[in-house]
Amino acid sequence: MSDLALFSPGLILIVGGLLLPVIPKFLRPAFMLVLPVLGFAYILGLENGTSVTMNYLGLTLEYLRVDRLSLMWGYIFHIAAFLGLLYALQVKDTMQQVAALIYAGSAISAVFAGDLITLFVFWELTAVSSVFLIWASRTPSAYRSGMRYLIIQVGSGVILLSGILLYVNQTGSLVFGPIGIESTAGKLILIAFGIKSAFPLLHNWLQDSYPEATPSGTVILSTFTTKLAIYALARGYAGTDILIYIGATMTAFPIFFAVIENDLRRVLSYSLNNQLGFMVTGIGLGTELGINGAAAHAFVHILYKSLLFMSMGAVLQRTGTIKATNLGGLYKTMPWTAGFCTIGAMSISAFPLFSGFVTKSMILTAAAGDGYWGVWIVLLMASAGVMEHSGIKIPYFSFFAHDSGKRPKEAPLNMLLAMGITAALSIGIGIYPDPLYAILPFPVDYTPYTLAHVLTQLQLLMFSVLAFIFLMKSGLYPPETASVNIDSDVVYRKFLPALIDKFGKSVAAMDMAGRVRSLSFIKNFIGTVRATHGVTSPLASNMAVSSMVVWALMSLAVYLVVLFMAT
Amino acid sequence: MSKDAPSENKEKSYWLDRPGNVKKLIWGVVLICVLLVLSDFLYVRYSKYEIEGWAGFYGFFGFIAFTGIVLAGKYLRKILMRDENYYSKDFGDE
Repeated sequence: MSDLALFSPGLILIVGGLLLPVIPKFLRPAFMLVLPVLGFAYILGLENGTSVTMNYLGLTLEYLRVDRLSLMWGYIFHIAAFLGLLYALQVKDTMQQVAALIYAGSAISAVFAGDLITLFVFWELTAVSSVFLIWASRTPSAYRSGMRYLIIQVGSGVILLSGILLYVNQTGSLVFGPIGIESTAGKLILIAFGIKSAFPLLHNWLQDSYPEATPSGTVILSTFTTKLAIYALARGYAGTDILIYIGATMTAFPIFFAVIENDLRRVLSYSLNNQLGFMVTGIGLGTELGINGAAAHAFVHILYKSLLFMSMGAVLQRTGTIKATNLGGLYKTMPWTAGFCTIGAMSISAFPLFSGFVTKSMILTAAAGDGYWGVWIVLLMASAGVMEHSGIKIPYFSFFAHDSGKRPKEAPLNMLLAMGITAALSIGIGIYPDPLYAILPFPVDYTPYTLAHVLTQLQLLMFSVLAFIFLMKSGLYPPETASVNIDSDVVYRKFLPALIDKFGKSVAAMDMAGRVRSLSFIKNFIGTVRATHGVTSPLASNMAVSSMVVWALMSLAVYLVVLFMAT
Repeated sequence: MSKDAPSENKEKSYWLDRPGNVKKLIWGVVLICVLLVLSDFLYVRYSKYEIEGWAGFYGFFGFIAFTGIVLAGKYLRKILMRDENYYSKDFGDE
């Protein structure tokens, strides 16, 4: 291909999404599935090192930059888009279809953006297009949640833009490369990336909005926004120390929320947050093993997290609920979904022969190798936590546990197909990771299948299962309860509105008191005037001529007396 | 975990429905755990940190971490748990 013919790869999906409404309905499923295949074929043909620029308003924009990092993200984004669209095939809602295509396409284009302006444009486009997947639920709570999501996502874009402007001003360069946090610009851009990758305390948009989207919407959402942010961190902030600790915190704190959460798609959102923590830690370490680990983990995570969201989406679609309190025993009529969910659960828990096993350990090994003893322990604890909320809780409470009496139909064929392919990929990578290792940013010098690694990991996981059995049998395991748990979003969903409400009320009260006072003052004043000058008052009454004479005589007399006394 | 074939027949009994089988599963897990700890004595593993090399470290750590997380979550509920309509009641829907 000549360089002139090269365009940003995401445009295939974006233009396809814009054309979709005019495609006849019966052709749409095939059309949607062909788009990611075309995109994938296109980036397979791109040569590493390709760079295409254009001049716009005096700026040099590199809208296509091909290197190992962008290619790996490009591959997995296309695979995930295909699987997500296959899963969503029976959805007849044009709005969702268009939104999903534009959203996936803009994430892909953002990954191939070589300059910060192009990155910003597609960064914002992912925000604006993805919110429709949340609104597509068409419930009042989804609408409100989508609004919060949009404000936060666009907010991240605004912070990114201000960071970019400062950065360009300081360095004179638009190139998106290592940025670092020394400058104010670097800090601002990190915050923008941090919002999208759900850093602690900036995270809550994720758990708020993803469970509100449609069953297939959540599957598609779970792939792109956060992993685009992880890519951006890997590109701009590799080896930034603070990320090691931010990442370790991210692996740990969502676990506790996941344990007590009743909405199983929200459990998966916390679990997603926890998985991002592993990647952020790897990026913070910044070694070749750390970056490779983060990239590889992002790749397999997209697959098994999609798989888990797919299985829970199927349960939601078939039963109408996703609350653990209302589920259980579904394996009897949804055995395939249960099986695929279990494969996703074992992949995320990193059982040997499953995909998480060959990637997560790269990050732990990198942390231990660099002497981060405390971080290593936290990551190890978080691994036991993953076993809890995603390995056991998700499949156990939906498909096993106490029988809810629900006997839903098995998931539709296209959903089963999407889950089946995703599950096969998760096991395939687990058994034979070499093709994945071959596309990582750096050459891989890592062997996952050593006797020690297999046995220690099995020990960690099986003793976690044992602990679960112990807690269930002893009655110590907290029962599932219909409830919500407050997280940092309580600040802007409860406290701030309450504060504003209180402030408004006190202003209103002061205003009311002021009005009452001035009204009564005016009333009194008018009363006094009326009393003295009113129609019936003495000053306004008519007087007879005789009494006038008497009054004149009397005042004359007073005048005389006064004059006499004065002389 | 068993993956029985789907069935329209509501009366069908599943392997997991019988308490005896659940017990078998549990003892299976216990047996695997014991074997895994014993396996630690059969080879020498390179360990970056001393404690990591101890026999049964990973099992012990996994058990304690898992239990600790669940129990901590249980107590966190006292602080964090709210009524299911905590947010939606402000808007008068649901």
